[in-house]
Amino acid sequence: MGIDIKIPIGLMFTIFGLLLTAYGFFTRLDASLYKPSLGININLWSGLGMLILGVIMLALAYKSRKQKP
Amino acid sequence: MNSGFILSWIDYLVMIIYFAFVLGIGWALKRYMKDASAFLEAGRSMPAWVAGLAFISTNLGALEVMGMTGSGMKYGMLTTHFYWVGAIPAMVFLAIFMMPFYYGSKARSVPEYLKLRYDEKTRGLNAILFAVMTILASGISMYALAILMEKVLGWNFHLSLILSAAIVLAYTYLGGLSSAIYNEVLQFFIIVVGLLPIVILSLKDVGGWHGLQQSLAPIVSHMPQHYAPDTWTTTWKYTGTAKANPLGVEWYGIFAGLGFVLSFGYWCTNFLIVQRAMSAKSTTAARNTPLIGAIPKMFIPFLIIVPGIVALVLANTPGKGFALPLNEAGQPIYDYTIIMLLKQYLPAGVLGLGVTALLASFMSGMAGNVSAFNTVWTYDIYQSYIRPTTKDKVSDDNHYLFVGRMATIFGVIVSIAAAYLASMFGNIMDFLQTIFSMVNAPLFAVIFLGMFWKRATGHAAFTGLLAGFFIALMHHGLTFPEGANTLVKGGWIAHLHAYPVEMAQNFWTAIYACSTSAIVTVVLSLLTKQKKSDDELKGLVYVLTPKFNEEAVPWYTRSTTLAIIVLLLVSILTILFW
Repeated sequence: MGIDIKIPIGLMFTIFGLLLTAYGFFTRLDASLYKPSLGININLWSGLGMLILGVIMLALAYKSRKQKP
Repeated sequence: MNSGFILSWIDYLVMIIYFAFVLGIGWALKRYMKDASAFLEAGRSMPAWVAGLAFISTNLGALEVMGMTGSGMKYGMLTTHFYWVGAIPAMVFLAIFMMPFYYGSKARSVPEYLKLRYDEKTRGLNAILFAVMTILASGISMYALAILMEKVLGWNFHLSLILSAAIVLAYTYLGGLSSAIYNEVLQFFIIVVGLLPIVILSLKDVGGWHGLQQSLAPIVSHMPQHYAPDTWTTTWKYTGTAKANPLGVEWYGIFAGLGFVLSFGYWCTNFLIVQRAMSAKSTTAARNTPLIGAIPKMFIPFLIIVPGIVALVLANTPGKGFALPLNEAGQPIYDYTIIMLLKQYLPAGVLGLGVTALLASFMSGMAGNVSAFNTVWTYDIYQSYIRPTTKDKVSDDNHYLFVGRMATIFGVIVSIAAAYLASMFGNIMDFLQTIFSMVNAPLFAVIFLGMFWKRATGHAAFTGLLAGFFIALMHHGLTFPEGANTLVKGGWIAHLHAYPVEMAQNFWTAIYACSTSAIVTVVLSLLTKQKKSDDELKGLVYVLTPKFNEEAVPWYTRSTTLAIIVLLLVSILTILFW
């Protein structure tokens, strides 16, 4: 009804993705922050993953909008 | 061990963005809420994938996530029985055999189906029980959420309660069922994304699945119960006897109790769940809803049970500094497993995501309950007994939309009251929840007979429901699980039989209730006269309904093909983790 849920999902994960990728990038030298996550920069990786999810959702939304005018 | 978190600004930012989207969806839907059908039934317009993810998300509440991770630690991979045998077959059955009747009958709720198939009193009984039950469930989950926010985030209990209630009220009031469904889809994604880092990091920490098996072996063999070393990483292997596995139930108990009575009772009759499939845009979409939901459902164990199993290794490895908080009796609180894992592995940033995932699942659980409550209240109680429809369709639509909205406000207020009741009399709420869980098993017998046996009558169904409920109550009152210290767990009439674990008692309660209800309904149906003509029962009973024709669509998009794929996948998983 009304809205295409792919748009808010896509937007939200794109924002989360950008946010966490940037946060992960700027904190990449902070060893004590990433001690719990076994030394892995989990923010950077999760951020990139969410960015991909967000962009795919937006692309799908764009595609289905084009199909039915 | 301290279970509190210290959140940083980035965690709060993630949380705020998420709730902005939640409220935004409600706001965006506001202008589509023109009549009661749009508000209470989502206008029957949902695509199958949206309804399917909402279907599974409704069940993936925070209590489920916390409980199942704890069960992973307590019972290991045996917990997957709640998914692979305890959910998937029932979901496939609902999709293929029951959805054509639920959806095709044009009933707007499960109680309304009962009214069409049987009679007014059967509907009334079910509607009232359901309304009370959902509000109670919503209150209990609200209470659990506020406790969590108090203990983990250090927020004020009352403020947490009011704030979460206000958010839920805002988006369900604005967008009704559509808003609840869309937010469930959003919640599904945030839960998967928020918990995935835990799965990856915890498995990496113990050296993958293989490393997990190896580190578990010495821990499990040293337990006083003499379990085999691989008990925690297998599912059916040690179910030959009840004593050989931590679940304390043997294979036929799991099969009959969990796989049949409990799961069919829950997935096929609970309006909260079925409502999602009823909101789909066509019969085919409604049939596909549970099947699409079944695919993520069978993989959820890897997301929430596996980290729980890793937690058992962590707790037994001194250098890891992992321990569960203890209750007053000095026993570990297993429900906190997921919280402690979040604390163990996640740095600021993804931690905010994990906490948001938990908060989100609590709130969508409440929203689901409230949106099912307002439908049953408006259609099955208010429209049937208080103010029936008039000739003026337009003013009716406006009136019932108004009533639906008021029911939403009322539902949230009563939930808050129930939450405070739970905080004062926790035991009574546990007891009520146990009692109400008994309502589902007899209901399945009655709906099943109604759909597949045209002779079943209204008087028989009504008596069958009551009889099943009564037997469940008696069984619960006469038996108790070993080591029970409160009457809430059973045995409040007499101690006739002791079950090794609470789970076994629940299974058997359901089995007795369901069979009693079935027998009473069959016998009384044969003794009473069927008042409904074949014509009236068309579309409601299997033999009187033209067979749903799938010939027109290509074989690979048919529901039956999807159902076969689902069953095949779940069989492969079962064999892999046998």
